[in-house]
Amino acid sequence: MDVSQYLEIFLDETNEHLQNLNTQILSLEQEPENMDTINEIFRAAHSLKGMAGTMGYKRMQTLTHDMENVFSEVRNGNVKVKADMIDVLFQCLDALEEYNTNIRESSDEGTNDNNALIKRLNDIMAGGSDSESSASPAEAAPAQKANVSAGENSFAGIKLNENQRNVLSEAIKLGKSVYGLTVKVQESCILKAARAFLVFKAVEETSEIIVSDPSSQDIEDEKFEQHFSLIIVSDAELDEVLRAARSVSEIEDVTGSVLNLDDVSSDEAATEAASESGEAATQDVQTPVEVPAAAAQPAEAPAQAPAPAANTPAPKKPAANKPVVNRTVRVDIEKLDTLMNLVSELIIAKNSLVSASAMSGNSSQAVNEQIEYLESVTTSLHESVMKVRMVPIESTVNKFPRMVRDLQKKLGKKMELYMSGEETELDRTVVDQIGDPLMHLLRNSADHGLEPAAVRKERGKPEVGSIFLDAYQDGNNVVIEVRDDGNGIDTKAVKNKAIERGVITPEQGEAMSEKEIIDLLFNAGFSTAKVVSDVSGRGVGLDVVKSMIESLSGEVEVKSKLGEGSTWTIRLPLTLAIIQALMVEIGDEKYAIALGSIQTIEDILPSDVKLVQAKEVIQLRDLVIPLIRLNEILDIPSKKDAGENLVVVVVKKGDKLAGLVVDELIGQQEIVIKSLGKYISKCKIISGATVLGDGEVALILDANALI
Amino acid sequence: MRDMNEVEELRPVSQTTQFIVIKLGEEQYGIDIKYIDNIVRMQHITRVPKVDDYLKGVINLRGEVIPVMSIRIKMGLERDVETKSSRIIILKLEQQGTIGVIVDEVREVVTLENERIEKVAYDSKDEKANFLSGVGKSDGGLISLLDLNAVVLESV
Repeated sequence: MDVSQYLEIFLDETNEHLQNLNTQILSLEQEPENMDTINEIFRAAHSLKGMAGTMGYKRMQTLTHDMENVFSEVRNGNVKVKADMIDVLFQCLDALEEYNTNIRESSDEGTNDNNALIKRLNDIMAGGSDSESSASPAEAAPAQKANVSAGENSFAGIKLNENQRNVLSEAIKLGKSVYGLTVKVQESCILKAARAFLVFKAVEETSEIIVSDPSSQDIEDEKFEQHFSLIIVSDAELDEVLRAARSVSEIEDVTGSVLNLDDVSSDEAATEAASESGEAATQDVQTPVEVPAAAAQPAEAPAQAPAPAANTPAPKKPAANKPVVNRTVRVDIEKLDTLMNLVSELIIAKNSLVSASAMSGNSSQAVNEQIEYLESVTTSLHESVMKVRMVPIESTVNKFPRMVRDLQKKLGKKMELYMSGEETELDRTVVDQIGDPLMHLLRNSADHGLEPAAVRKERGKPEVGSIFLDAYQDGNNVVIEVRDDGNGIDTKAVKNKAIERGVITPEQGEAMSEKEIIDLLFNAGFSTAKVVSDVSGRGVGLDVVKSMIESLSGEVEVKSKLGEGSTWTIRLPLTLAIIQALMVEIGDEKYAIALGSIQTIEDILPSDVKLVQAKEVIQLRDLVIPLIRLNEILDIPSKKDAGENLVVVVVKKGDKLAGLVVDELIGQQEIVIKSLGKYISKCKIISGATVLGDGEVALILDANALI
Repeated sequence: MRDMNEVEELRPVSQTTQFIVIKLGEEQYGIDIKYIDNIVRMQHITRVPKVDDYLKGVINLRGEVIPVMSIRIKMGLERDVETKSSRIIILKLEQQGTIGVIVDEVREVVTLENERIEKVAYDSKDEKANFLSGVGKSDGGLISLLDLNAVVLESV
């Protein structure tokens, strides 16, 4: 089968499942007994296995299969969740991630069999079975065997609880026969659940279904491979039942045999039971088969009847069990770009209509009303399209708890990550790129920020260090904060290091303010970690963080208090496509300057302009700022006379300031950034263009390139 | 006679190419229609500083920002004079993307059979010839066919 067309979907979904597994296993570590979590993990592992199998990735399938087995044992209560098991599971996830990366790059899973991991998984299972009470070894073995062969006569592996046994023995007393059936659905079958349902129906015409494996709920949700098994009680002959089941189309085969009660493994030794309780249990067991949801009604299940083991998860949470139908569509981002362009076009057309109607002078009331209506529609349309491009940062930050857990082991420090605001939305492209800088900052906090537990205790802090990751929207920006309650930044150490590295001279160091020293951290090749570890301290960290965030038109700043911790604040624009800009006029041309880079706007007397080394500068609050006359750089004759006051827009690039001399200020405006295209790429000082309300194009000045 | 007819019928239908005929000064030029995305009236062109002379700037074409160049300047002719008949032809090229070129006038569309297109010999003395891919003969006279890749190629 050619599956290449599904590759994209496979990769996407695998990522989702892996992320889900990461999250769930983390919470499993906290609450090893949580059945919901275990079930969720089991389902995710199972889906992964199925998907890998369909795509023909054998190694991935084998690994997930063994993981699934472990969870299946956990789910059945045969294996307890332990810390080392969690470690192994995380390693499995890493291995799966590796497969996934390989597949993404070469559409081949690679050749790593991960046998060591598989062995450890099997050890876990074996260990779990061995420590079981005397009753279980007999049952664990067939169950496992059935799982591995996943095939013929797997009904033998079905476990019965006391009530079910009672029902069966009762039935035998009444002269009925007990059969085990294993149904194999054709590989090509698409609606397996529907076929299984038909089999159930066919069988129920002559018999009563006592147990099914997987549970009826799982079968209904299509959570089984090709096989499922039933134990039934019937008046009819085995052949008749088999024939009925085989009559359902797309069923490859049905095998069955008469069961003796002794053949069937059980959770507990069978005991004599009154016929009444047997009767009651029959009802109870039947209910989930026919109407699974109804099994949740406790009225039907008297106290003496614990629900059958396999069925436990189903009645407990039918709502969570059914995967919530995702009402989403995957859309190529290029299509959204096209849509966005069309909307911009519409807005420009609307703007021209407005000015045309104003120009003609005879605009009637009706026309004005319609234009206003059009205006409100286009504005909402614009907002909606922008929103479509926004995704929660969740997808990026979700991997951090796992990372912090790993760091904790690696660094031997105790720490906890608290996250908030995962639902904060950002433009898709920004979300994709913000992951690495955030990771750097978190590692930085974990490695440099937090003190070892002993030191923390000494200082009267809780032994477990806290790292916070908070995201929230602030006007047109999104703020992401990484905060820790660690040592904070030791400015003295930073200063000494900087002098040692030759970044600054001792004299410069004396004159620097605390903030300036902290900013030194963003210098390339700077690391204060005394010991270089593989977590951080390779000297490529904060400068990369800074440049990455700046490339997203964002900014990063640090606040720190020695002994109390530091806060790293990242401020990002909501979207890259639209920015707030100051429109200025130079000669008779209009230019936009991004508001983000503007510090102040000054009115300067010509006599205040001084010459330093033959360059024009102005002095502003003790700062000497070089002047850049834009009309000269842009080759436009200025409209102003030499004697007039200068309008200076002070812009900032990092620590450097410069004053841009313009003729006139037009005002602040939200502009849609358009690329000039690669044909005009020579002009470095222009970062893009925007279409103004009247349809004209204005260029956007890149303050960074000017300084 | 009959034989002759049969021979003619058997001959494959000759390949044709459609050109839009434009005028630069007195001369007629042809642009292969498959590269043409649109023809718009002359409009305000926003100058882009610090670029080559022939790059006139950018225009807004239905919300897209499109660079516009002057063929005249590129080919070493006199500078463009904007008149009522001036047009900007929007070209869609594989390598350079969308580019507008200014022409004095757009005249008509002609269909030329490939046999009626003659290649021009490369002549290092004739600068204009380097921008031509051939010369087509039509009822309206000779049409110099522009080699668009040479026209829009960035001068080094």
